[in-house]
Amino acid sequence: MSFSVPSKLEAELDELATHYPQKRSASLMFLHALQEHFGFISRDAVEWTATKLGLQPINVYELVTFYPMFRQEKLGRTQVRVCRTLSCALAGAYELRDHFCKNLGLDTAKHGPQTTPDGKFTVEFVECLASCGSAPVVMVNDDLLEKVTAADAEKVLTRGRVTE
Amino acid sequence: MPEEFKLITKNLDQPGFTPDIGCYQRHGGYEALRKALSTAARDLPDGKKQSPQEVIRDEVLKSGLRGRGGAGFSAGLKWSFVDRRSGKPIYLICNADESEPGTFKDRQILHRDPHQLIEGMIISCWANDVKLAYIYIRGEMPIAARRLNQALAEARAAGFLGKNILGTGYDLEIHVHRGAGAYICGEETGLIESLEGKRPYPRIKPPYFPAVLGLYLCPTIVNNVETLCHVRHIVTLGGAEYAKLGTPNNTGTRIVSLSGDVQRPGYYEIEVGKVTLGELIQHPNFGGGLRPGRQLKAIIPGGSSSKVLKAGEKFQLKRKGPDGQMTSVETALLDLPYDFDSLQQAGTMSGSSAIIVLDDSRSMVATLGNLSEFYAHESCGQCTPCREGALWMEKALHRLNHGEGRKSDADYLLHIAQNIQGRTICAFGEAASWPVLSFVKKFRDEFESKGAADESARAANPARPQH
Repeated sequence: MSFSVPSKLEAELDELATHYPQKRSASLMFLHALQEHFGFISRDAVEWTATKLGLQPINVYELVTFYPMFRQEKLGRTQVRVCRTLSCALAGAYELRDHFCKNLGLDTAKHGPQTTPDGKFTVEFVECLASCGSAPVVMVNDDLLEKVTAADAEKVLTRGRVTE
Repeated sequence: MPEEFKLITKNLDQPGFTPDIGCYQRHGGYEALRKALSTAARDLPDGKKQSPQEVIRDEVLKSGLRGRGGAGFSAGLKWSFVDRRSGKPIYLICNADESEPGTFKDRQILHRDPHQLIEGMIISCWANDVKLAYIYIRGEMPIAARRLNQALAEARAAGFLGKNILGTGYDLEIHVHRGAGAYICGEETGLIESLEGKRPYPRIKPPYFPAVLGLYLCPTIVNNVETLCHVRHIVTLGGAEYAKLGTPNNTGTRIVSLSGDVQRPGYYEIEVGKVTLGELIQHPNFGGGLRPGRQLKAIIPGGSSSKVLKAGEKFQLKRKGPDGQMTSVETALLDLPYDFDSLQQAGTMSGSSAIIVLDDSRSMVATLGNLSEFYAHESCGQCTPCREGALWMEKALHRLNHGEGRKSDADYLLHIAQNIQGRTICAFGEAASWPVLSFVKKFRDEFESKGAADESARAANPARPQH
C-alpha cells in the first residue's frame, strides 16, 4: 500500500508550516498530526515530512527516536498511560499498572509500551503527567483520569473491550 | 490565620467560570491589555524619557516579580538583558512544558483560564517589541493545547491579537507548539532547540544566552506560564502596589502544588513568604495534616530536583533586625516561610513551588529509587557525566531496592552524584544529583543498613540466584 496523506490534512499542515519563520520548526507538529492520523509514524511518514520541510530524513527520524510520545508501530485503540513518578507511585501507581497488565494478560515485568494481541489496548508507564495533587493519574487516549481506583480501571477496560 | 490569597487562581476557582473569552471579559478580562496599550510615556527625574513600553518593563522590574518556573530569577531583569540593538526580531516563548515531578499549577491555568495567560503574553510581547510568540506546551496536555488554540482564535476575532491590535498599529501573532514527552524541553535552551524542530539538546552558556542568541539565534524571552499571568496583574495594580504583596524580595503570590502524604493534596495560592512550610502541610486551609497516626519524615520542598528536608531539621536564617543589622535566627523546618530566599538559606530551593510530603511509612531508598528512574529516563544524553551517571545511580538504587544492595552503595551514590553536578551543559546534572546527595547524606543510616542487610542475606545463602 502506498503512503498518501489526505489533501485536507496536507492543507492543514501547509498552513501550520507558515507559523514558523523556518519550516524545520514545524517538524514536531507535523509528526503529531501524522501520528494522530495514521496511529504511528512510519518510515514513509518520516520521508514525507522531510520532503515537505526541505530536510534530510535523518533530521526527522532522530526526532521520532528521541521524543517518547512518537511511535514507530501501531498502538492499541485504547492507550493507557499510567503515571509512574513519585506522587503517583506513593498513591499506588505501580499496583494500578499491574492491575491493567494482569487483566489484559500483559507482562508486569516488561518495560515500555505493551499492546494486546487483539490491538485493543496499549499499556505503559509514563513519567510525571503534572497532576500530582490528584494522584494516581492515568491518561486514557487524550483524557486525564484522576484519583484512579481499581474500579475506575475496570471501567476503562470494559469500555475499551467494546470499542471497535 | 494562614489563608490562600487568590490572584491568579481567583477566576478559575469560581464555580461557573468557563475558559471562553466572553466569561473572561465579564470578569474584567483584557482590561489590563487596554490599560497597558494606553500607557503614556513618562518623564524621569533625571530628564530622560521612558517610552510606554519602557514604562511597563519598569513596572515589572519594580514589582519584584521572580520567575515562577523554577530558577526564581527576576523577570524584570531577564527582560532587561534582551539585546534590543541587534536589529533582529525579538521572540517571546511561554514555557508551558510543566513537567517537574510534583508540579501541577500551570495545568490549572492552561485548562481553565487560558485567556489570562494570553493577556499576560500580549502585554509582555508589546512591552518587549515582540511580533511573534509561541506557547510551548507539553505533549501530554492535548486538551489544553486545543483550548489554547480556541482561545487564541477568540482573541484574534476580538481584535486583541493579529494585525493592528485595538487600533494601535501593533501586530502580534501567537502560536501553540506541542512538545512530545521529553522533560528536558523545560530547560529553556533545550526548549528553543525543540521549537527549532531539533532534538532538545540544551545549548551551552555562554554564548547561547536566550536574551541574545535564542530562537533562530535571535534575542528571545522565555517565561513560565504563571510568570506571564502575573504581568497582567502588575499592569492592573502597578509595580509598587504589586510589590506590597508577599514579602520583601519575595513579592506577589505563588501557586503551591502540594502532593504526597497529606490529607488535602492540591494547589494553593499564597502570598510568597506569608505562609510557612508547616502551615502548608498541617493547616486545615491547606494540606490538613498527615494521615491519622502518621509522623512527618521528609519534605521535598520545590519539585523533585530540590534537596530533601528532614523532619526535625533546624536552619539558620538571616533576618534584618529592628536596628537594621542582619542577624541569624534559628528556624525549625516547619517554621520556614515558604519563599525563595528562606528555602535557599535552608540549603534547598522553592523551585517550581511543588511540595511532596513523605510520612514515616515511606522508605527513603525506595523514594529515591523512584526519582532516580525519572532522571535516568529523562537525561537527554548529550553530556557524558549525566547520561552515564544518572543511569549508574538508577542501577545502584535498583539493586538496593531489590535485595542486591551493598553497604558501600551509599558512598558510591554520593561519588557519582558529586561527579555529575557542575560538569554538564545544563542544570539537569544538578537536578539529577541533588536528590541523591541530599537523600543519602540526610538518611545515610537507612541506605547503609539496607545495603548491609542485603549483604548478610547473600552471605547466608550464597546459592541464591543473582537478581
